[in-house]
Amino acid sequence: MSELLFSIFIFTLAAFVGFEVISKVPPTLHTPLMSGSNAISGITLIGSLLIAGRQESPLLTLLGVAAVAFATINVVGGFLVTDRMLRMFRSQRRGDAHGGAH
Amino acid sequence: MEALINLAYLLASAMFILALKRLSSPRTARSGNAIGASGMLIGVVATLLDRSILSFEWLLLGLVLGATAGTVMALKVRMTAMPQMVALLNGFGGVASALVALAEMERLQLHHGLAQASGVLLGTIAASIVIGTVTFTGSLIAFAKLQELITGRPIVVPFHHGWNALQAGALGIITALLLLQQTAWPESTLVSLVYTLFALSALLGIMLVIPIGGADMPVVISFLNSLSGLAAASTGFVLHNYLLIIAGTLVGASGFILTNIMCVAMNRSLPNVLFGAFGAEVQAIGGTDRLVRSTTAEDVAVIMGYAQSVVIVPGYGMAVAQAQHAVKKLATLLQQRGIDVKFAIHPVAGRMPGHMNVLLAEADVPYELLYDMDRINPEFEHTDVALVVGANDVVNPAARKDPTSPLYGMPILDVDRARTVIVLKRSMNPGFAGVDNELFYQPNTYMLFGDARRSLEAIAEALKSV
Repeated sequence: MSELLFSIFIFTLAAFVGFEVISKVPPTLHTPLMSGSNAISGITLIGSLLIAGRQESPLLTLLGVAAVAFATINVVGGFLVTDRMLRMFRSQRRGDAHGGAH
Repeated sequence: MEALINLAYLLASAMFILALKRLSSPRTARSGNAIGASGMLIGVVATLLDRSILSFEWLLLGLVLGATAGTVMALKVRMTAMPQMVALLNGFGGVASALVALAEMERLQLHHGLAQASGVLLGTIAASIVIGTVTFTGSLIAFAKLQELITGRPIVVPFHHGWNALQAGALGIITALLLLQQTAWPESTLVSLVYTLFALSALLGIMLVIPIGGADMPVVISFLNSLSGLAAASTGFVLHNYLLIIAGTLVGASGFILTNIMCVAMNRSLPNVLFGAFGAEVQAIGGTDRLVRSTTAEDVAVIMGYAQSVVIVPGYGMAVAQAQHAVKKLATLLQQRGIDVKFAIHPVAGRMPGHMNVLLAEADVPYELLYDMDRINPEFEHTDVALVVGANDVVNPAARKDPTSPLYGMPILDVDRARTVIVLKRSMNPGFAGVDNELFYQPNTYMLFGDARRSLEAIAEALKSV
């Protein structure tokens, strides 16, 4: 199977998984889902690392370092700010006895 | 080593799927985020084992710079500024993808020449540059609008759609030229074509977002979120890296779902939001001399103090006034009097999906008190007081009653059905859609003008002596 075809395979299956996994999100979590998934899209970081580390030409190193820096902001900032938000979400049940059964 | 790296990528992919799954339930969300971060760490460490990495100094420089900036941003940002933050992060992900694709093009040129590369590779590089760059400049404009560096109102240039179509056409033609003339044209021409593609995409991103108004930002931000994922996925096609394809596509899908939820909540299609320039022309509002009932904090305190049920409806005005803590304080006082307090959250209240939920969580409001539109609307009829804190278009009954209104058909919170409606508002300016609000003129509506936070504090103070 050609490389492209295989990539399209993976892409299509991942899209189905994505739609299945996330189809029902309570509105409470819309923002954290967005910032958390956004951090995951910083996965480009691993592509950037390969460019920055190869040292093939000054231009390439420059492009690589810039890409690493941007992607790292995306990753680190995204996961941290999501955690900061999720820490704040609290349930009524914590600390008091009358809670729903969930 | 290669097999080990790929196994690590497989593990990271599985962890990302698990992370998203857990992020969609309140009880598991925090661990989901941690799993996602661990997956990322595994992916990065595995990549550093790659033999093609010869030097670590530059790469570390980028990592340290990025991690420092990311940490500072994440810890310093105020919860009310979260939409800007998310917009900026979307943009950074996009530009990183575009830069990697650009670098891959430079590498091809360095090693064998673009003429030798496969057409598929050149095509994916072009796609990656376009998607990544549009995400980048589009997000920067969204950031500038949300941060109020530029006006939040739509900015429309003459023949806006024409220009956009022209640019999109040009992008297509350049990509086609790149593929068709690959062997015929000199290397330098091909390279300049790629850079032209880059520049045009940057312009297109700006032109796409600049005509979109502030109230439509929840749609735009989720759409850019989806694009940032697709940018990473397309870079995965360039690098033949399946982790990038999987992770990017997952994010693309989740962003798409959110975009769809936001569009449904506004009863508009995505093309209509993107190309409609909603609210560009402020309508001439007829009958500006119509009567509204202005009231005082003391009167509001009396009305609320003797109510049995109160529904609080927050909107973007609560974020602007940083009033979430004052809202919580008032809600607690009311609860102590035995009054039933609920919060009604419209899906597009604020400037991003879930904006109000985040602010109320910051103020320590339990999420069980937060009701979405479908659950709260049947209750307004039996509600004594609906307190609207800086929301406007999402409570405009014209959306239900007036077929000539631009808002007609948009699902709204039916606050007008409550026995008494109290609206906290800075002034009589219409909302972002530029549409006058019927609610304000209803006989059971009282307006309390002024800064929302101060008004809420005044009501809470007055409530103590009721």
